[in-house]
Amino acid sequence: MSTWHEYVQQTGKVPEWPYPINYGKMNEIVSDVLVIGGGVAGLQAAINATRLGAKVTVLERGHARRSGSGGAGVDHWHGAVTNPCSKVTPEMYTNACYDSMKGWTGAHVRYIITKESWDTLLECEKMGIQIRDVRDEFKGADFRDEKTKLMFAYDYKNRHVIRVWGWNIKPKLYEEAKRLGVNIQNRMMPTALLTVGGKQGARVVGATAVNTRTGEFNVFRSKATVIATGGSAGRLSYFAPELTASGAMSDINGAGVGQALGWNAGAELLGAEASGHNRLSGLGYAPYSMGGAHNTYHGTPIVDTEGKEVPWKDPFGNALKTYEDRFLPQPGHDFILGEGIGIGLYLPQFRSNELSPDLPERLRKGDFKLPLYADLSRLSEPERRAIFGMMVGNEGKTRVAVYDMMTNAGFDPDKDLFQTPVMPVEGYAHANFWGAGVNTPANMRALGGGSFLTDWDLRSNLEGLYIGAGGNLFGGGCHGESHTTGRFAGKKAALYARTAVEPAVDKAQVEKEREQAYNATRQSKEGNGWKEINGAIARIMRDYCGRFKNETTLNLGLRLLNELKTTEMASAYASNPHELGRLLECHSLISVGELVFKASLARKASHAGMDFIRLDYPEMDPPEWNKLMPIRQVNNKAVTRDVPLDFHLKAPYAATLEENYRKHVVK
Amino acid sequence: MSEKAYMVPNPPTPNKAVEFDENICIGCNKCVEVCPTDVMMPNPEKKKQPIVVYPEECWYCGGCVEECPRPGAIKMLHPTQQRISVNWKRKATGELFRLGMKNPPPPNTRPPSGE
Repeated sequence: MSTWHEYVQQTGKVPEWPYPINYGKMNEIVSDVLVIGGGVAGLQAAINATRLGAKVTVLERGHARRSGSGGAGVDHWHGAVTNPCSKVTPEMYTNACYDSMKGWTGAHVRYIITKESWDTLLECEKMGIQIRDVRDEFKGADFRDEKTKLMFAYDYKNRHVIRVWGWNIKPKLYEEAKRLGVNIQNRMMPTALLTVGGKQGARVVGATAVNTRTGEFNVFRSKATVIATGGSAGRLSYFAPELTASGAMSDINGAGVGQALGWNAGAELLGAEASGHNRLSGLGYAPYSMGGAHNTYHGTPIVDTEGKEVPWKDPFGNALKTYEDRFLPQPGHDFILGEGIGIGLYLPQFRSNELSPDLPERLRKGDFKLPLYADLSRLSEPERRAIFGMMVGNEGKTRVAVYDMMTNAGFDPDKDLFQTPVMPVEGYAHANFWGAGVNTPANMRALGGGSFLTDWDLRSNLEGLYIGAGGNLFGGGCHGESHTTGRFAGKKAALYARTAVEPAVDKAQVEKEREQAYNATRQSKEGNGWKEINGAIARIMRDYCGRFKNETTLNLGLRLLNELKTTEMASAYASNPHELGRLLECHSLISVGELVFKASLARKASHAGMDFIRLDYPEMDPPEWNKLMPIRQVNNKAVTRDVPLDFHLKAPYAATLEENYRKHVVK
Repeated sequence: MSEKAYMVPNPPTPNKAVEFDENICIGCNKCVEVCPTDVMMPNPEKKKQPIVVYPEECWYCGGCVEECPRPGAIKMLHPTQQRISVNWKRKATGELFRLGMKNPPPPNTRPPSGE
């Protein structure tokens, strides 16, 4: 017996809620630094703030031992350009990202990442994470350095992406945080940041949260706060966990809570108008559970149903002759950046070698016949073992869900062809077949921005509020980047807390939060449940903030969000603390929805890079709109300002990346 | 004689996400403790396997399986609509296999690198 249904049918009884419920009971937790989000970024922030002497509390939605997008593991670590084998410098890497994105990424954040990514990885090694081939399993392989035993991915010549055995990285971080005495508060759904006087735009002095097992109310008072939540709000424009949960790269807790907290407190956010028809939408297949040739599977030979192999090309259109070439820069390359680093555009001199881009066309013509298969057996044994045995054995959501499951079922990469999805031919334009967006309706958008704008200290515009994360931070990236920015933000928050005045929380704000948080527990049992509400939010976002937008539809969408808030949502009912937590997440989703609508209204120009199409402003990329436009709330009204793309090198900052970094680094 | 029937909602989709073997599980609730999304709840009866209450909220991270001190007590089950898509073909013979098939080939016992 495993499920609730089986239990009810076997016993004839409905089980009671297993945890003691104390709605409204207030607990106060005081610390120097409060970290919101206990994923890899949050635990790095907590560990590093503690090492600088701060008393630290982590507020975590799930349980910090395994939670977060990075909690399920990692197989390669980007941006480690200062490792002893790397031929790439922080300047080269940062400029490659910045130039590829035509300025639309936070170069200051990228620079901090590349200066400190390798040091961060070394600290992870000290915590017990394997980052070298210590057992000499891959001795002599092209991607291995014999002296350091480091192993590399994507670009075997320039050696800045490191393959790691990170399946247990989260438990190791968790154990380190516990060892240092970090106070970790699990099952906390945050409702608001606390500010001085309860005012938008004032210094941040903590947060409030509801425990989603006991229903208790927690007031976290702190001198400094770090937001380290993930950047995803996967439930914002589509809500069908029954179909999408196994295929998504972030879990159902991803409700844009960090952005919502910041937005409501008056923090500046950037690019919320950007959205993508995202490949990782969850309407594909379970990550890495089907054949592909991208990311962890980069370089894998793809053959058609008759065994005919699809050729590979470099970004300049030249065919690659050998399997080894797929992992090496070609004439014209500066170096290969690698994918999954939080940028969507690549200049050809930094782009990965790839499957021939005319594959969809050639499938249509019958040159290749479906289904396609990944044929790992064509690779050398070390390469095959590195891809399937090492990387799939360690990447997020793949050790149990793919490696163990498939090998237990008899799959053998030495002998078997791994089938790729059968889908419309356009889906084969990119080698990440399992996540192909071709299966996702066009109006289902994923957030492309809505990330915090920070300064060289990774501080937001609000005093006391620092940001360390992946997609949530303008200039952030993926797994390793989240560790590194979390680590930096945690140190900065700890230093600020040393001299900050004792914070006072506003009693009226706390009472208001407590009152609102339990609204759904006091409603008639006839009220809607959280799923009904979430579905309605997603419908509003799809219909009124889909691929094509104009002033009228955007305003109608905003009006409907407000309608929902004051009718079905106001009377929604939660029968236990779990449902209450999910409903409070719907409040976050509505805040993020408002942010997206308002940022979309403010940008009166279409923008190709942000996949932002205003039907009433059809001209694409007019030069006067080539600027960042952070948006924030002042007295609940949206306010924007113009910021040049290269603000990080303009006054009050110094003119070079290195000079600024030196001024802000924590030694 | 047929079993007693109850008025219950339709089983959620996916039905299970994880499955327990009650002969191996000791009801320590370590899986319940670490699950990031609270898919399971402790069984009202002590030392009994947890109850899967919210399978549609499972992310398939595998943390519960990794935390389990009793190998085989908890098993992850991809939703059937995912499992049916995971197919492979033996290169030498052309035989077709899939995750969840009736008579699966013997397991490939090679552990992941690092083990």
